[in-house]
Amino acid sequence: MFTVPSLSDLNLAATLPATLLALGASVLLVLDLFVPKGRKALTAWLALAVLGVSLIVALLSLGDVVDLGTGEGAFFGLYIADSFTDAVSVIVLVTAMLGVAVAYNYLERTGMQRGEYYVLLLFSALGAMLMGAAGDLVTVFVALELLSIPLYILSGFRWRDEGSEESALKYFILGAFASGFLVYGIALIYGATGTTAFGGIWAATRDLLAADAATKYVLLLGAGMVLAGLGFKVAAVPFHMWTPDVYQGAPTSVVAYMSVAAKVGGFAALVRVLAWGLPDFVLSGQSAAAWQSTVWLIAALTMILGNVVAVAQNNLKRLLAYSSIAHAGYILIAVAAMGTAGVANEAARAVVIYLMAYAFTNVGAFAVIVAVERDDGGHTDIDNVRGLAKEQPVLAASMAVFMLSLAGVPLTAGFVGKWFVFKAGLAADLVPVTVIGVLTSAISAYYYLRVIWFMYFEEGEGKAQIAWPLAWGISVAAIGTLILGFFPYLLSDMARGIALAFGG
Amino acid sequence: MILNEWVFVGLFFLLGPVLLVVPIALSKWLAPKRPTPIKQDAYECGAEPVGLAWKQFRAEYYIFALVFLVFDVELVFMFPWALAYNKLGLFALFEMVIFVLLLVVALVYTWRKGALEWS
Amino acid sequence: MIPLWMYLVVAAGLFVIGMFGVLSRRNAIAILMGIELMLNAVNVNLVAFWRYQTPTKLSGQAFAAFVFAVAAAEAAVGLALIIGIYRRKRSVIADDVNLLKW
Repeated sequence: MFTVPSLSDLNLAATLPATLLALGASVLLVLDLFVPKGRKALTAWLALAVLGVSLIVALLSLGDVVDLGTGEGAFFGLYIADSFTDAVSVIVLVTAMLGVAVAYNYLERTGMQRGEYYVLLLFSALGAMLMGAAGDLVTVFVALELLSIPLYILSGFRWRDEGSEESALKYFILGAFASGFLVYGIALIYGATGTTAFGGIWAATRDLLAADAATKYVLLLGAGMVLAGLGFKVAAVPFHMWTPDVYQGAPTSVVAYMSVAAKVGGFAALVRVLAWGLPDFVLSGQSAAAWQSTVWLIAALTMILGNVVAVAQNNLKRLLAYSSIAHAGYILIAVAAMGTAGVANEAARAVVIYLMAYAFTNVGAFAVIVAVERDDGGHTDIDNVRGLAKEQPVLAASMAVFMLSLAGVPLTAGFVGKWFVFKAGLAADLVPVTVIGVLTSAISAYYYLRVIWFMYFEEGEGKAQIAWPLAWGISVAAIGTLILGFFPYLLSDMARGIALAFGG
Repeated sequence: MILNEWVFVGLFFLLGPVLLVVPIALSKWLAPKRPTPIKQDAYECGAEPVGLAWKQFRAEYYIFALVFLVFDVELVFMFPWALAYNKLGLFALFEMVIFVLLLVVALVYTWRKGALEWS
Repeated sequence: MIPLWMYLVVAAGLFVIGMFGVLSRRNAIAILMGIELMLNAVNVNLVAFWRYQTPTKLSGQAFAAFVFAVAAAEAAVGLALIIGIYRRKRSVIADDVNLLKW
């Protein structure tokens, strides 16, 4: 019998970080209409304030450990408020704040300054947060679109510029294509299990396997299509083709934000779907979840292709695009590890740790490109940072930190991330793919160090334009990268409470 | 059982063309034909037609179309709500108020941006 | 009653047709139509599954409504992007924006 819900059933308090962000973004959309054209700094500050408030709330609830069985669900289980949600929220909000700081001056000097930029950024951050909080495939789908649609628009933000429009259209068409796959997969999962809630899917999977019904192949197909849809978001091979072109064409400040936000959202949803919904989806005769072998294969391909192709790149934005593909591969090792019973929680923690480290590092690296780039969007080749160290010693030093962190050199955040990810891979007995990860990291050192070499040891006219908000953004990112590298327990503490899998 | 349902579909397919063809044939047969140039012209609500029908529309149409496209589908959520309204009580009212408020935010935005003006 | 698998076949057909449209058409508007077709195939699936598997729970129907709304939002953004490009280039042919260069 249908019972009429009451307001308190929604458990609104548990969703506070997301609700505040949604409210703030909506209000800012209207407020911005009354901010005169030359004073968009106000909009940017307000956006920062909204993100800051939400970040504080998320940080305050980070400590509590919530058990899923009795855990706080809100909106009838559509929204889950546990440690994983909070950790993802913190990562997304930090990224978004850095994104605003990086963007302001860049937009000003390239003539793109419009209030909508910040509003769209807030909405897409909300989407990424909700993907981490999803307790139901409906939430995953709606949040994915909330994350993606603003990003399509932001990619085309350099209005009337061919490259930007092209990248927006390409991102849009391929993104919509991928979400078609995702939602078809969701429909199949719903058909096989009769529910869209992860808890229900988990329970139904067991019955399905026990009954040995043919329906399990429907579920397998559905899971595969969901994997493809989310794989597109995180730029995993073979769904990566859009990445270099979109990253090159879109405004660099947008790329700085979206290269991290889209990944965080995509991986958060992957963790939810795979580690919570389908951890026990073990076909007969296998010891790990049915999706594990596919995921580690994708991980291996992604790492190899990303790193090998990055070596040949001369445009910094393209280089970082392939590097971001490669990093998706490293994280996928941990995702694959979630398929082994007993390792799921450790692997989920590794994903979160990696993403936090990656957020600081990658936003920072793109922020340096923002500083180097000229007003017309050109000047982003590796030649353009020749001799940057003489002209801008602090900027070059920051870039060096980011490059070392991306390469995974010890005492940087990137090393900590890789450490935990490889550890999870070994714990799950995924030795070959972990070895590939280590080897390809060695390859990656070549092209990261090449950037440093160009900055420090080549003669040239490396120039940059830095203004205050951008300088703050880069400094915070660089300091964050170093602090997390020196004090890894900050990261592992943040992830400590994560216990999401029934199978874990 | 299944056959009965399909009989109706079959009847529909048979009767549909008949209903379409008969009136046209009747008017062809009965109506007097005295064409003049004015009668042959394209009909534009009585005004004299300007140019060809195959021309490009102004960009404003697209803006309206886009705004319509977005707002129009939101009704999908309102119909079920309206149907079950009596049973749902205050909770659903509250939810719908929030939903409509969000739409109002979007409406205010389009309005202030001048997308509702025909300029 | 018509068995479930018939609906699923129709949905799969629609999905494949839409996919073919996205991959083969050069006109950006036609690509967009292909994407809409894919999403509508999903809706057929969802409603059929709902009717046959869990007629007492509304999740399938509700999901279909969400797919509608999201499809509209996607179409709006896509059309706006296409119009923007058209205004500059006088063309909606995807090859002209080098879209398929990979």
